[in-house]
Order: sequence, then C-alpha cells, then structure tokens
Amino acid sequence: MTGPTPSPTKEHGLHLLREMIRIRRFEEKCAELYGSGKIRGFLHLYIGEEAVAVGALQALRPDDAIVATYREHGQALVRGIPATSIMAEMYGKSGGCSRGRGGSMHLFDAATRFYGGNAIVGGGLPLAVGLALADQLRGERRVTACFFGDGAVAEGEFHESLNLAALWRLPVLFLCENNLYAMGTAIERHQAQLDLMLKARGYRVAGESVDGMDVLAVQAAAEHAVAHVRAGEGPFFLEAKTYRFRAHSAYDPELYRPKEEVERWKKRDPIELLLARLRESRLLEPADLERIEAEAAREVAEAVAFAEASPWEPVEDLLRDVSAEAPRAGGATPAAATAAVAGATP
Amino acid sequence: MKTTYRDAIRAALREALQKDPRVFLMGEDVGRYGGTYAVSRGLLEEFGPERIRDTPLSESTFVGAGIGAAMAGMRPIVEVMTVNFSLLCLDQIVNNAATLRHMSGGQVSVPLVVRMATGAGRQVAAQHSHSWEGWYAHVPGLKVVAPATLADARGMLWSALQDPDPVLVFEHATLYGLEGELPDDAGAVDIARAAVRRPGRDVSLVTYGGTLGKTLQAAEALAKEGIEAEVLDLRVLRPLDTAAILASVAKTRRAVIVDEGWRSGSLSAEVSARIMEGAFYDLDAPVARVCSAEVPIPYPRHLEEAALPQPAAIAEAARNVVRAHG
Repeated sequence: MTGPTPSPTKEHGLHLLREMIRIRRFEEKCAELYGSGKIRGFLHLYIGEEAVAVGALQALRPDDAIVATYREHGQALVRGIPATSIMAEMYGKSGGCSRGRGGSMHLFDAATRFYGGNAIVGGGLPLAVGLALADQLRGERRVTACFFGDGAVAEGEFHESLNLAALWRLPVLFLCENNLYAMGTAIERHQAQLDLMLKARGYRVAGESVDGMDVLAVQAAAEHAVAHVRAGEGPFFLEAKTYRFRAHSAYDPELYRPKEEVERWKKRDPIELLLARLRESRLLEPADLERIEAEAAREVAEAVAFAEASPWEPVEDLLRDVSAEAPRAGGATPAAATAAVAGATP
Repeated sequence: MKTTYRDAIRAALREALQKDPRVFLMGEDVGRYGGTYAVSRGLLEEFGPERIRDTPLSESTFVGAGIGAAMAGMRPIVEVMTVNFSLLCLDQIVNNAATLRHMSGGQVSVPLVVRMATGAGRQVAAQHSHSWEGWYAHVPGLKVVAPATLADARGMLWSALQDPDPVLVFEHATLYGLEGELPDDAGAVDIARAAVRRPGRDVSLVTYGGTLGKTLQAAEALAKEGIEAEVLDLRVLRPLDTAAILASVAKTRRAVIVDEGWRSGSLSAEVSARIMEGAFYDLDAPVARVCSAEVPIPYPRHLEEAALPQPAAIAEAARNVVRAHG
C-alpha cells in the first residue's frame, strides 16, 4: 500500500475531518480544565496524532475489540463512547464511562468492546492476544485492534505477544503509534533497530508502515491490515508514524526535544493536511468547516455540563467493584463442602 | 478410591474441560510434555491442542492472554510452572487481572484461574523454592487459595472457575505425590472458609498448604505429651477466614502460625495482626510464628531442612506458648 490515496467522497472526507476536530477540541478543553483543576492526575493528550485513531477505526466493525493505552481519548471518542461520559470520567464523577474509578488513563466501555485505557506500557498487548484467542476458539470473525506506542516496542511483552499471536495465527491488529518518543526518550536512544518492520518480520508478522499524519493513508492501510487479519491470515503490525504536539503529560517541561522540531511537525498537522486535501479536491466549503466546528463546540460544552452536573460517587461505595458483589460458592453447599474437606487428611 | 494429589487435580481439570466448553488449559509444557509435575498428562490426547495449549516461555503474555480471554467470556485455566516464574507475569496479575473490574467501573470481569506450584523441599535451590503466595494475598481484586488435601485438590478448581474474579491456586510442589482416599463422588468444595483439620483445646496451630502435614505431625507429637492442639487449615489466603481464626483462638487462647513464607512482612504477620485486633483479650500468651529462615532457600538438604518449618520446631513453639500461661 503505497502511493497517494484516492480522494474520498465529500461525505466521508467531512466525516474524517469532523472526527479529528472533535478530538482536537475535546482535548483542548481538557487541557484548559486541567489548568483550572477540574481534571487531576495524569492527562496525556493525543493532539497531533488524531489521524491515527480516526483513520484506523474506520476499518473496524462494531463487534471488533479495542485495547488502547493511557493516551486513548481519541480512540474512545471515535469508537462512540459519548463525550459526556468520557469527560465525566476525566472529572472522576460517577457518570464517567468507568464510573470515575479510572480517570483519563482508564476509559472502558463494554458496549463498544473498548477494553481500556491501559497505563502499563506494553501491558495491553497480552490482553489483545487473549481477546483474539477467545474469538478464534469460538470461531468468531472478529478483530482485536491493539494500540501502543514506540516505547512499548522495547518491552518484553511486545515481543512475546507478536510471537504468540503469529504462532497461533490470532486475529490481532497491532497498531504502533510511533510518535518518536517513549515519554522523553527519543526512539534513536531506545531502539537499536529503528526499522520496526524488521521486528514484525522477525516474528513472521505481516506489516506496513504508514504516514500517521495522513488520515486517508492511515485508513487505507488499516483497511488492508484488517482485511488480512479478518481473513484468518494471522496478526498484522501497522506502524503509524506520527508526532505528539503537546507535552507527554501535564508534568512534562519538554526538555528533551527542540521547539523547532515540534514546529516542523506542526506544519504536518493532520487536520490541516486533510483540510488542504479537501479544499484541493473542492470538497470543502467554508460553511462545512463552520458547521463542524460549531458541532464540536456544542459537543464539548455538553460534555463539560454533563461532567459538572454528574454526582460524585458516595464514599460509602468506596469498596465497590473490587470483587464481584456476590461470588458464587462452588457446587457444594457450605456445610457439605466443609464435611467434604474434613473427610480427607493429608 | 485411592488417589494422589496430582491425580485429584487432573480429575478436576478433566471434569472442568468436560462440563464447560469455555474452559481451556494453557501454559508451558502442559500438553505434549504432560505438565511439569505430570498433572495434565493425557489431557492433550483427550481434549486436543485447541484446549490443551502449550505456550512459549512467555509468562507475561500467556497469563495476559488468559486475562484477555477471560474478559471475553472464556474460562481459561493458566498454569504457571512455579510461583517463582510468576514474577515474570506479576504485572499482568497485579496490574491487569486484579484491577480491571475496578478500573472499568464494574464493566469488565476476569474469571481467570491461574495454577502455580509453590514451596520448597526438593533441593531445587533459591529460584525454584520460594513461597510468594503471601505477596498475592496482599492484593485486592485477587482470590488466593491453597489446597492442602486431596479433597481440596479435587474440589477447589471447579469453585475457582465459577468465581467471576481471578483466582490463584497454589499447589505445594511436595504435595503432588501425596496419596490417600477420596470418595468416588468427590467434587466441588467451597473456596471461602478455613477448615479445622484436627480439633483441640490447648493451642491453635494455624497453617495452610505444604506445612499442613508437618503441622499435623507436630500435633500428633504434642498429643502424646498431653497437649491437644487444634490445627486450622486456612485454605483461602485471600480473603482470610478471620472468623474461623478468631473462633479457634477464642477456644484455645493460644496460637502458633506456621507459614513456609518468610516472617517479615508476611501472611503470618497478617494472621498474627488479626488475632491481636480481634482476640487480644482471649489470649493467654503472645502469638508465636514458625516461618522459613530469612535466607534464599539453599540447595544442600541439611540446610534446606534447617531453613523450613519442621514438625519439631512447630511442636516446640506450641509447647512454649502453652507453658507461657498468663
């Protein structure tokens, strides 16, 4: 899959634009709310990387599964988790998509098979392998898409998971969002081999690298990758080369990268690239963009209002959801079970 | 019928695989090799490679895959060869299995069973002999069980599979060859309560897993001296059956905790603390503990034996608390 992608229809082009702008405006608001103390803890913004989630998720069906990282607001929004419940989660309110227990890094939604929000780098890959194993065992033609960053490539779980998924031909799309930094460590300083395709090839995993700033290219590559996986051909490794415009988290003074580098990448802003493309193809009128911006602003405003109004969970519920409410005892009644264990001696 | 601990676990695995199509077994050498401790021998032939799955040496990923499959509604049984190797998948167990229900606000359930061998006594030195189950018993979101009898080896697995949360099953490596009688219709047992394995009035000996047999031997020796020890098998290390511990201590007024884990920051410390919190005024003597010496388990037999709780030391500790009548 190389070369320029064909122009989208106007409808689809605007859809992609709308999704990227939704993420951008939502996160800009999050940054502001972090500043005002409404959102606490860690806040990892996706700004600059929107084309990856938006492009990739076009290739998925509603019954496919997603495992994401702590930088997952974009995936969650595109997947269809309401912005209201995502924002309430950021606030830690009971109306949050994880009832406030997870926060920004742990967005979950069983209804859309969105399995988090994993904040251990590399920790989500084995989960994706297991979700895919369950599908394979049950004969389901579903795909599990697993997002992770370039930092995860240094973790043992990356290597174990690619190997196991390839060995068992599991339907996993491994999607590496290579934003060139593992927190503050440049990829040149954490990888001996910078060509990540070679790592996939080393495990006999099919792979492709794509310009992660070009949403149309990401979508095309993801569709190709998902078709491979859904056809039962085994896992696929898709690398999206992208860049994070904002700091790693709110605590990051960005001492590790020159401002010029950031500015250079901002010239390839995925939203601007798509806008240029749509204008070039005469698929965008000023009114379209105004409408999209107005819709995004309204969605963000509603999300904030919902989060503000959402109640705090009562502290009496502190111990909720540590274990299931009422674990079932085994087949035996307690009395019978006690008799049974008392019957044997070691 | 006459059976062994190993065969009892195999019978439990077979029953689970027969009864529930969602169950599969996965781990290192569980298939063609027949299981490191021969527990799963014959199961590959009976149930096939889809359900008896040999894995690469990738503890973190195959345990994580078990978690993922459990989230998706399967009932995986993952065998980690020994608890010593489970440190390679500690992240998956502690950061994923134990937290996903909570972090997801109750949306995700992880009905996973992880079986591991634990403990010393076979001269396999410091990287194959430790007892880390107390660490796991520290973690909210996990259930930790330790079958010490044939009935529990046979019956705990099914109950663990019915539990909607992750259950870790610790099989002491010296128990696999344990022989005894088990009723033909032996089946599921509870995984909630401790069990009195020997009633007594003079001192409570609280233990679990691999040290139950040694503790019962100590109780036999004490009985010959006129000291009637009650032996309480914890069975479930998390959540602890505190009521059973306190009830025994309320009766005997003395307690010795026997744990193959080390003493510092340990499960034995937790049991002792609960007795102090809940039965302080029932006690006639300070709580005593018999634990492993604070040394990586050494290879030579005489040093390994010296490092581990032994019947003589257990009996001596019991005599001391009985003599220390307040």
